[in-house]
Amino acid sequence: MAQKTIAGVNLEVSDEGYLTDPSQWNEEIAKEIAKEENIELNDKHFEVIKFIRENAESGLTIRKVGKSGIVDIKGFYDLFPGGPLKMSTKIAGIPKPTSCV
Amino acid sequence: MTEKKDTQVKKVAMICAKGTIEDVYATLVMANGAVMEGMEAKVFFTFFGLDAITKKHMNKLHTATVGNPAMRMPGGLPFPTLLGAIPGVEAGVSAMMRSQMDKLDIPPVDEFLDMITAGGGEIYACKLAMDMFKMKKEDLSDHVIDVITIGDFYSMAGGEGSQVIFT
Repeated sequence: MAQKTIAGVNLEVSDEGYLTDPSQWNEEIAKEIAKEENIELNDKHFEVIKFIRENAESGLTIRKVGKSGIVDIKGFYDLFPGGPLKMSTKIAGIPKPTSCV
Repeated sequence: MTEKKDTQVKKVAMICAKGTIEDVYATLVMANGAVMEGMEAKVFFTFFGLDAITKKHMNKLHTATVGNPAMRMPGGLPFPTLLGAIPGVEAGVSAMMRSQMDKLDIPPVDEFLDMITAGGGEIYACKLAMDMFKMKKEDLSDHVIDVITIGDFYSMAGGEGSQVIFT
């Protein structure tokens, strides 16, 4: 476990940089984490992030996000290039999903 | 002491030569897992593996109920091979397996290929096996980019941090 200051807030994060307490998350933090991943967040990103935060408990998969009605899977990859599920969950301030699909 | 240097896997080239549920899904899970992690993935289907990309068969794959010592009854008792030979048993067991997978959000084969190709993964069919089974490109699903030789496939498989995986 590590401490990290993101957007002026001191946060507990996992070794891979995932927030351990999702309730500490806010949009400024999201933007900051996204910047580290070279992603500039827009409204579409935040729609997806909202869905991800709301469904964090239910075992997220790329397939679920693809069926959310917000983006299809291709769109999800386009929004978060190079690993959409692991990146979006990191930005959304929830633990890294353990799913293989 | 020598310094240990790990090269990260950046690309997987997978060859799937068998057409049972477990063999095909092993390939699909690994290929999809690769694109999910931001890696490059190319899959080459050959021999009975072609079933996985054949429109007619792709969503109706079976698992072997005969000659499969790991097969168990629900509850864990061994599954007698003779029982597996009864007509319809293999289809029933296979349907059950597919429905179990669906509950875990593991999609049917065609949708799984959608996911892999949406992430940039590439699907190829083996020319030799196609000729052998007298198949045409039209028999294959639209996910298939091209029908190629194994040599063509190897020529795409190189690069630092790339691995060839056979299932």
